[in-house]
Amino acid sequence: MTQVLSHPEEVTPEFEKDAARAQSRRGFLMALPTFVYLGLFFVLPFLIVIVYSFATRNRFGGTDLSGWNFEAYRKLGDSVVRDILFRSIWLALITTIICLVLAYPFAYFIATRRPAVRNLMLVFVMIPFWSNFLVRNYAWRVLLGNDGPVSQLSEVLGLGETRVLFTPVAVVLGLVYGFLPFMILPLYAAIERIDLRLMEASRDLYASGWQSFRRVLLPLSMPGVIAGSILVFVPSLGAYVTPEILGGAKTTLLGSYIVTQFLTARNWPVGASLSFVLMAVMLAATLVYFRKGGRTL
Amino acid sequence: MTVRPTADFDTAIDAAVSIGRITKKFGDVVAVDNISLDIVDGEFFALLGPSGCGKTTTLRMIAGLEFPTEGSLKIFGEEVGMLPPNKRPVNTVFQNYALFPHMSVIQNVGFGLKMNGVAKSEVADRAAEALEMVRLGGLANRRPSQLSGGQQQRVALARALVNRPKVLLLDEPLGALDLKLRQEMQEELKGLQRELGITFVFVTHDQEEALTMSDRIGIMHEGKLLQVGSPEQIYEKPSNRFVADFIGNTNLLEGTVQDAETVCLANGARISVASDHPAGTAVAVSLRPERAVIGKHESSGNGQTSVNGVIRSVTYLGNAVVYQVELDWMTLEAREENRTSVTRREPGQRVSISWNPQDVAVVAE
Amino acid sequence: MSSPVLPRGSAKLGLTVNAWLIYLFFYAPILLLVVFSFSADKNVGRWGGFTFDWYREFGQNDGVQSALGVSIRVALVSTLVAVVLGTMAALSLERFTFRGKKVFDALLYLPIIIPDVTMAVMMLLFFAQFFDLLDAWFGLSLSKGFGSIVISHIAFSISFVSVVVRARLAGMDDTLEEASMDLYASRWQAFRYVTLPLIFPGVAGGALLALTLSLDDVVITQFVAGPGSTTLPVFVFSLIRRGVTPLINAVSVIMLAISIVLVALSLFADRSKRASAKVSN
Repeated sequence: MTQVLSHPEEVTPEFEKDAARAQSRRGFLMALPTFVYLGLFFVLPFLIVIVYSFATRNRFGGTDLSGWNFEAYRKLGDSVVRDILFRSIWLALITTIICLVLAYPFAYFIATRRPAVRNLMLVFVMIPFWSNFLVRNYAWRVLLGNDGPVSQLSEVLGLGETRVLFTPVAVVLGLVYGFLPFMILPLYAAIERIDLRLMEASRDLYASGWQSFRRVLLPLSMPGVIAGSILVFVPSLGAYVTPEILGGAKTTLLGSYIVTQFLTARNWPVGASLSFVLMAVMLAATLVYFRKGGRTL
Repeated sequence: MTVRPTADFDTAIDAAVSIGRITKKFGDVVAVDNISLDIVDGEFFALLGPSGCGKTTTLRMIAGLEFPTEGSLKIFGEEVGMLPPNKRPVNTVFQNYALFPHMSVIQNVGFGLKMNGVAKSEVADRAAEALEMVRLGGLANRRPSQLSGGQQQRVALARALVNRPKVLLLDEPLGALDLKLRQEMQEELKGLQRELGITFVFVTHDQEEALTMSDRIGIMHEGKLLQVGSPEQIYEKPSNRFVADFIGNTNLLEGTVQDAETVCLANGARISVASDHPAGTAVAVSLRPERAVIGKHESSGNGQTSVNGVIRSVTYLGNAVVYQVELDWMTLEAREENRTSVTRREPGQRVSISWNPQDVAVVAE
Repeated sequence: MSSPVLPRGSAKLGLTVNAWLIYLFFYAPILLLVVFSFSADKNVGRWGGFTFDWYREFGQNDGVQSALGVSIRVALVSTLVAVVLGTMAALSLERFTFRGKKVFDALLYLPIIIPDVTMAVMMLLFFAQFFDLLDAWFGLSLSKGFGSIVISHIAFSISFVSVVVRARLAGMDDTLEEASMDLYASRWQAFRYVTLPLIFPGVAGGALLALTLSLDDVVITQFVAGPGSTTLPVFVFSLIRRGVTPLINAVSVIMLAISIVLVALSLFADRSKRASAKVSN
């Protein structure tokens, strides 16, 4: 007690705690507006989707929220929906593989250029990456259209009229065109980080060029491969704009089907349950990505 | 709770910095463990220790960048432990200078004055004056990135000193400079301190820097302040094993205190050396290599203590020669100045090592 | 770089050709689209002589003009709000510890990784429910439109802004803030004179990203737009579905031009970002 009297102003653990608490309160207050905003306009909508996915569609195209059931999820087993799911996964998979095959050598090529050239090359990847997605898909619609440049070219070459537009091929083409930069950038980031002297070391240890790639470069760049694949696969799976513009009636994909459930078929519970499944896939993929040591998206 | 002996800092009202039983914990880690220290007005004080010893945390507490967990912190008698950094009459030269990259040199230097509400014209004058003081008058409009390491260092110094702080804190300010520049800056800092008469508190892990520059040194280890004293006291009379080992090179001969005049070494030999530890305490006798005298085998100089051994290796350093001498229970290092009068010895030669009882110190844990 | 381990011969040739083909793949469609937007032929993909007609039509078409106006207003308002909220969120995450920080961090990632379609569904159901409740409780009959578009755009932009600003903050030496406090700056002054100027390139980059995303979005906007308040991409999308016309070519080229200007600006912001990062070692 005498201590406190002789030095009334000295620091006590309570003061340190108060100061730390004040600091954390400042941080919290700074986060609060965004927290509230996302709570209201993101988390709440998310919960509503889940609620709707357990609801029932009534005869008037409305939705009854009473009487919860799994009807909407059971519908996902219907052959129509199942076909769409498989087709979407299949096309997304093909898109991912094509992107990977094209992007890997390209990313390696950029990563081994001089810094100035490298930056320039990256800029020219960034431009399409940031350009309007709708417009870029539309450009293919123009190219592939009747009497468009592609069919003119194939006629000149004597290949006859091509009918690519409104087929799955056109959809994959559009998806690859749209998402290729998503593959290139993480691959580049991963390869650029690798010390290329490791390749020299493996050559020194009698590896052939192919073996060096297979045993050294590829394993070390795996985080980039995984990140790029997720970044291409998931949006391809949920793609809506591309199949709408380049695909035909027979190439309905998951994204379009969901939209249809809301805007035309008015079966909201089914649309909601499908959205939820799509999101679950997304979250699972993201978790895999972070588990595998990915840092940023 | 024990009642604090008040004498140690109530008498020190005129101390520039008075640290009273300060403890700082980060979670469960005790970074600074109950240290008390008075730094006298106008002195050049170094806090020395290996990395992670708590010296930087101590400095940051003085600056206000960290609040202590417990204890009293006074600057010229005024308790400041709970004040934020901008309310304390101290300024800091940061480890990597922390110059604002988006401001010119003169804007950097004038920043503190501007924040203090000093009139614009006065800010310009005083900043220019401070730049002259560190001989950078011509570089006022450069960006920090356009300066060399040494110049950045001086800007950081001017930026702190222009505010006329009561105490200047320096956190490893010379760490990033190369050897030659570092020696130059040591001189310059010392000169500046003498000229201005401001108290400097200097944190470093470089013992040579601490020994050359400071009036007094405080040695820290694992959050504790082990010894405070002049460079000479620290070097000649280390108060414990860590200090003896950390400052310079030394041989530690293990033993036990027999009485106030005698220590019994591990090999059973009794040597006469004064110590104030109670009989039976395990201690080590610290013998600096340059104080070890190499002589003929089985010889013992006048009134000196000696042990016998064999030379195992000879290292030629140019200005000195270092011998590793193997005793039957440990290896000693001995150092001889490279004078022509000194005969060089060969590995395998049997020699004696002797020393003057005043030249060794007894250290406990 | 002429290390002997780099691919040589046919492998090197293959890499080079692949790179050029990819650039051709990226740019040929865009350039052809620009060319065709000046073509007089009614067929969108055939050259029929040079004309400005479609751009003139762009200027005169009321639907396009009003959609463009909505787009710009939505983009500006949502970017402004998202930049303020996103920057505050980034500061809180990079410079403070507080309870619930981890949850907040995870929550901020979700809008980035969630598919467009899902987000669109979320917003649609939310507003449907919200407007129903307003009607039932207060007798207010509101409907989707400018407000719901802006709210949705902010919801997905905040996260992107915060990621960009955080990267910048993480790269900034926080002893600079300590130094300013040591030099008598108050918290606010430290922010105003040190933190803000140093993270500004990041804030600008985040703003440009938010603008781009807002001007790009089709799916979400389509779900939350009301009659009389469609954005340009949604308007163009509905035009495309009705059938392609040369007018769409011209509108597309203008949208493309807008996004390329924004890319150029953000690359510029990125450059000054790197330049000042160099300064702080």
